[in-house]
Amino acid sequence: MAEKLLEIKNLKQYFNIGKANEVRAVDDISFDIYRGETLGLVGESGCGKSTTGRSIIRLYDATDGDVFYEGENVHGKKSKQDLKKFNRKMQMIFQDPYASLNQRMKVMDIIAEGIDIHGLAKNQTERKKMVYDLLETVGLNKEHANRYPHEFSGGQRQRLGIARALAVDPDFIIADEPISALDVSIQAQVVNLLKELQVEKGLTFLFIAHDLSMVKYISDRIGVMYFGKLVELAPAEELYKNPLHPYTQSLLSAIPLPDPNYERNRVRKSYDPAVHEYTKADDVRMREISPGHFVQCSERELESIKAAAVN
Amino acid sequence: MEKILQVKNLELSFNTQAGEVKAIRGVNFDLNKGETLAIVGESGSGKSVTTKSIMRLLPEQSAEFKNGEILFGGRDLTKLSDKEMQKIRGKEISMIFQDPMTSLNPTMPIGRQLTEPLLKHQKISKTEAKKVAIDLLRLVGMPKPELRMKQYPHQFSGGQRQRIVIAISLACNPKILIADEPTTALDVTIQAQILELMKDLQKKIDTSIIFITHDLGVVANVADRVAVMYGGKIVEIGTVDDVFYNPQHPYTWGLLSSMPSLDTEDAKLYAIPGTPPDLLDPPKGDAFALRSEYALKIDMEQNPPFFKVSETHSAATWLLHPDAPQVEPPLTVIERMKKFPGSRYYEGGAV
Repeated sequence: MAEKLLEIKNLKQYFNIGKANEVRAVDDISFDIYRGETLGLVGESGCGKSTTGRSIIRLYDATDGDVFYEGENVHGKKSKQDLKKFNRKMQMIFQDPYASLNQRMKVMDIIAEGIDIHGLAKNQTERKKMVYDLLETVGLNKEHANRYPHEFSGGQRQRLGIARALAVDPDFIIADEPISALDVSIQAQVVNLLKELQVEKGLTFLFIAHDLSMVKYISDRIGVMYFGKLVELAPAEELYKNPLHPYTQSLLSAIPLPDPNYERNRVRKSYDPAVHEYTKADDVRMREISPGHFVQCSERELESIKAAAVN
Repeated sequence: MEKILQVKNLELSFNTQAGEVKAIRGVNFDLNKGETLAIVGESGSGKSVTTKSIMRLLPEQSAEFKNGEILFGGRDLTKLSDKEMQKIRGKEISMIFQDPMTSLNPTMPIGRQLTEPLLKHQKISKTEAKKVAIDLLRLVGMPKPELRMKQYPHQFSGGQRQRIVIAISLACNPKILIADEPTTALDVTIQAQILELMKDLQKKIDTSIIFITHDLGVVANVADRVAVMYGGKIVEIGTVDDVFYNPQHPYTWGLLSSMPSLDTEDAKLYAIPGTPPDLLDPPKGDAFALRSEYALKIDMEQNPPFFKVSETHSAATWLLHPDAPQVEPPLTVIERMKKFPGSRYYEGGAV
């Protein structure tokens, strides 16, 4: 898994630059995504996790920083032709399957849109066959191709969204809260589907969500974001067993689990950014505490965090 | 224990162009004074419709009470006139909805929205109402309430808005508070704060809460008792420990196994196959039978009655019939049962 598929370097995404209401939605974050893995990105709403996903796929033009996909800069100057090539490799699945599927198009045309744009089908028969295959891949059947999105349930619509993303045979998929709008029993179906597809097609996922138990279940590594910054990045198991940044600790302590006993004894920690007492002189950045486990801290904090990590 | 609300044999249908949708098909439960009853189930299981029918908030043209009664303070709410209902809504029974932005009026300062129920239901002056409103805001943990009375909903964050909605709903010290997915739209940390607030306020003003959610973690946190709904019926009801540590209905098993716990290993997550039943034409027997690997032949033909598991716990599944074969629940459920004295997998220790 050592091959880097994506390198995100000092990515910044500001809105309303230079105005009084400037928003630093993503503020200087760097991380890598390896081929074939699922990287989970968690944090509260407004922390910049969705913006990060959208900047990576160039739905926004980054304010500063670079995103390298297989060594090529996504945000560099591109001709239409080059952009098209990128769009084929990277796809996105959105949260709300109601809003992300065109109500006035038939499923056949929704799914085939990417196929048409990239000219992947030679003729109508092939186009049809591709759509039917895709529907089958996501657990629907070919009769569904002639229906409209409103004729489907939420879980089925999310399957359509997945089929559309798969239509152009991408390597990398950004899933922005793909299961948040679904029922518990349907969530499990969609998550299982994503996992199966990953193994089958060797996909790489960036999985953005706020449901931490699902994120842990699906991810190999997890990044935690707070106010536009990445504060901790670690393998999934390690992050849950050994959270080192106080914000991660507070986030984990806030998740209710389906276990009444655990709930009676759960003590919630709250996070106050003032505890760090950072001054301008502090060099606050991501530091590797143990192999693969990064925490945002200052030089001063490093020793105490390292001590905590050992225990 | 004093029963504050009794729902008996409630049946309700929607008359639509496609036909009669049997949304609630015989629901029975009691709400005790001071307790929190959580109703869980998928969308379309009838949990929201049940509570909206208690509040009589369903459209009169299409929603029709077919059978049963809702007893509150000696009166049957299904039979009251609109005028009588208006005296109960917001005063004796109040409700919190999922999305605080849509339940608050965006064009009205929150102070006026807070005093509205007070002026309507209680004989107090405007200045008094304002004082009460400020106290309420303080009660729900809003800093500088005097200043914030004049602000509009968009000037508050999601969590603060939900605090305001809670303050409004508690304005007249209701006997029952119905919370319909009040934390679903909120972040986990904000959700934790709101849940703590609700539990804290419940102790202070001794109200009963019906809490609707599909998040089993939240249920484990807030509920005293739990009712699991499926296909317009309650399929299992019991104390929170009964339902989480000794579940009996295959649907409850499915729900509990389809949520990954933080120590779920990499094994495949259990997913309940299929989709919820179509209530235009509900299945004849157990509505869950078609999705259940534990279905017996009788499940396809006859609707299971409630079988008592203990004084506090009952479930509607033929598996509890004395003649039914003994089946093994899924592994994750057996793990839970090991902690419950009285279950057949109990391994010692106390819950």
